[in-house]
Amino acid sequence: MLEIKNLHAQVEGKEILKGLDLMIRPGEVHSIMGPNGSGKSTLAQVLAGRETYGVTQGQVLIDSKDLLDMAPDERAAAGLFLAFQYPVEIPGVSTTQFLKTSLNAIRKARSQKELDAVEFLKLVREKIKLLEMKDDLLKRSVNEGFSGGEKKRFEVFQMALLEPKLAILDETDSGLDIDALRIVAAGVNALRDKQRSFLVITHYQRLLNYIVPDYVHVLLNGRIVRSGGKELALDLEKRGYGWLEQEVGEPIATA
Amino acid sequence: MTTLMTSTNADTFLGHLEELKRRSAAPGWLAELRERGLAQYRELGLPKPHDEEWRYTRIDAIAKGKFELVGTKPKSILRAERDLKGFTLDTAGPRLVFVDGCLAPALCRLEAGRGVRVSSLAEAIGGEGDFIGQHLGQYIDITADAFGALNLAFLEDGAVVHVSKRTAVEEPIHLLFVSTAGASPAVSHPHNLIVVEEGAKATVIEDYVSLGEDANFTNAVTELVVGDEAEVEHYLLERESARSLNVSTLRVQQGRQSSFSSHSVLLGGALVRNNVHPVLAGEGSWSLLNGLYVIAGTQHVDNHMRVEHAAAHCDSRQFYRGVLADQASAIFSGRIIVHRGAQKTDAKQNSSSLLLSPDAQTNTKPQLEIYADDVKCTHGATVGQIDEEAIFYLRSRGISEASARGLLIHAFAGESLERMKVAAVRELTERQLLTKLPLGDLVGQVL
Ligand SMILES: Nc1ncnc2c1ncn2[C@@H]1O[C@H](COP(=O)(O)OP(=O)(O)O)[C@@H](O)[C@H]1O
Ligand SMILES: [Mg+2]
Repeated sequence: MLEIKNLHAQVEGKEILKGLDLMIRPGEVHSIMGPNGSGKSTLAQVLAGRETYGVTQGQVLIDSKDLLDMAPDERAAAGLFLAFQYPVEIPGVSTTQFLKTSLNAIRKARSQKELDAVEFLKLVREKIKLLEMKDDLLKRSVNEGFSGGEKKRFEVFQMALLEPKLAILDETDSGLDIDALRIVAAGVNALRDKQRSFLVITHYQRLLNYIVPDYVHVLLNGRIVRSGGKELALDLEKRGYGWLEQEVGEPIATA
Repeated sequence: MTTLMTSTNADTFLGHLEELKRRSAAPGWLAELRERGLAQYRELGLPKPHDEEWRYTRIDAIAKGKFELVGTKPKSILRAERDLKGFTLDTAGPRLVFVDGCLAPALCRLEAGRGVRVSSLAEAIGGEGDFIGQHLGQYIDITADAFGALNLAFLEDGAVVHVSKRTAVEEPIHLLFVSTAGASPAVSHPHNLIVVEEGAKATVIEDYVSLGEDANFTNAVTELVVGDEAEVEHYLLERESARSLNVSTLRVQQGRQSSFSSHSVLLGGALVRNNVHPVLAGEGSWSLLNGLYVIAGTQHVDNHMRVEHAAAHCDSRQFYRGVLADQASAIFSGRIIVHRGAQKTDAKQNSSSLLLSPDAQTNTKPQLEIYADDVKCTHGATVGQIDEEAIFYLRSRGISEASARGLLIHAFAGESLERMKVAAVRELTERQLLTKLPLGDLVGQVL
């Protein structure tokens, strides 16, 4: 599904990802944990195609196709979805307009029939219920004036609507209270199946009680320094990241 | 003294005087009005580059142009609706069409409801001089305005709209000015008079279009009287060819408790100067100056607002938004004048522009002149580029780059469009936005 080989990326001349390897097979849920500033969001943004970050070395394949060669919208069409750590406010663009444009662009790219207004609304209503969001969301501008929790839920809502093959969640849990966290996790779990894969980036172990991963990786200073099962997350919760830093002889990156 | 100083500038226009005289015998009061304009024009001459009111706008194309005076015969004869090539508006109200400054009766819809009269100025001058003489040229301030003075000097025709007391005109009145292509570029000086009496309500659309690509020059003045408690919406649509030159002045006189909105939609023209000058002369009146310009290539738009608060308890709002591509440039100059005694004035001004290219340029010049002490005046300006984070966010959702940019530009313009009540104008503007800028095909579908 997704294969990352020796990925190096930099921003403003500063190397942030320093040779990262990761393999995600269909249906798997991987979690990446790491302290602030270790490069988690950089990885997410590079995968989604943000041009601010320059890839200097390495390769990323999605379904054996070269991901790095694709424009951000082509990546979305190929089945990649990123739930942003900081969703962007877009004044003047209504969520309805945004969702419809997005959904139909992706459906078109997948050679599916575009939805008309009625079909679209029916689908949106369904997903809105799933994430326990309010209908008035459709009248508002994209993310504008949304609370932190609403923004995160809206990200997962979009994911549910677009049905990606691979979803990357960048700290979707941070800033959520326990109820919102449950809703978001339920939204994700509802989408889990044998084909769909997830890369769940988080700072805390808490989310992983709700979205149980198959694999946990620790990102330190731009490299994956340890991989394991879900018990690794519990370890980190108890002991923090300090011991790993000592073991691998890497200083913890600072934000 | 060398003769170098007397360039051909003024002569181009003054050279038309003979022809004007030959054409028609003006009644005494009109001849006087023209004389007043002419004297002032001779004194001022065309604006010079160092003229503060024209600092960022070069008028070479006007000053050095060679124009014919339009008047008795249009360059092209338009007989049928289809000759207008889709420049009609989806409105059902009265319509006056001028082609190269000449009324085109076959294209007009003169039948108006009770209490409403729509006619050409030339006709009205011949008919009932009293009403016209009472208003015409009485509001425009030409002391420092060479183009206004020139317009008076050549006062001959234009549109007259007269709405009687307490008459509500629901359908917009469409004044369409078509300039066409011919042997040489032409100058016209249309002068419109719109009087909406006490308690009446009307919407007037002043619309400039061109057939063909001539560098025609339109020097228009509109005097608009908004009676006590009257409600008027005025639209200026500039959608002429990319070579057209257009200077227009809207002078508004507002009565007590009146409400006035000016909506300027500026899309066409090589050089456009848009003067809007409301005087809030009656207590408790309200004025909105809403503008949207979308320009590309080497287009230049100069928005010149002058909002005069002459009575107490009046509110005014200026909102201008511009989208600039390529090497386009724009000015927003917003002067708010609060006269002595205009207490409790609440005046706000905001201009913002979106630059789509590093070569596009804008200048903003807010000016406050306040002679009363209990007033609230604010101004703000923003100049920005498209938010690349927003573009990335949209693209990450499968939306192409072109469509993402289109959505953001459309959203930016949308704020101006939302204030415009006439759906036909909003739709027209959105359609023109789509053809003018690469907004991507998706935006077209979403609209
Ligand atoms: N756009 C950027 N410009 C400059 N530095 C950046 C930028 N994005 C990230 N960084 C730097 O890269 C490092 C990793 O950041 P990030 O990927 O956001 O970490 P994380 O998500 O793990 O907290 C930090 O030192 C951060 O300051
Ligand atoms: Mg982060």
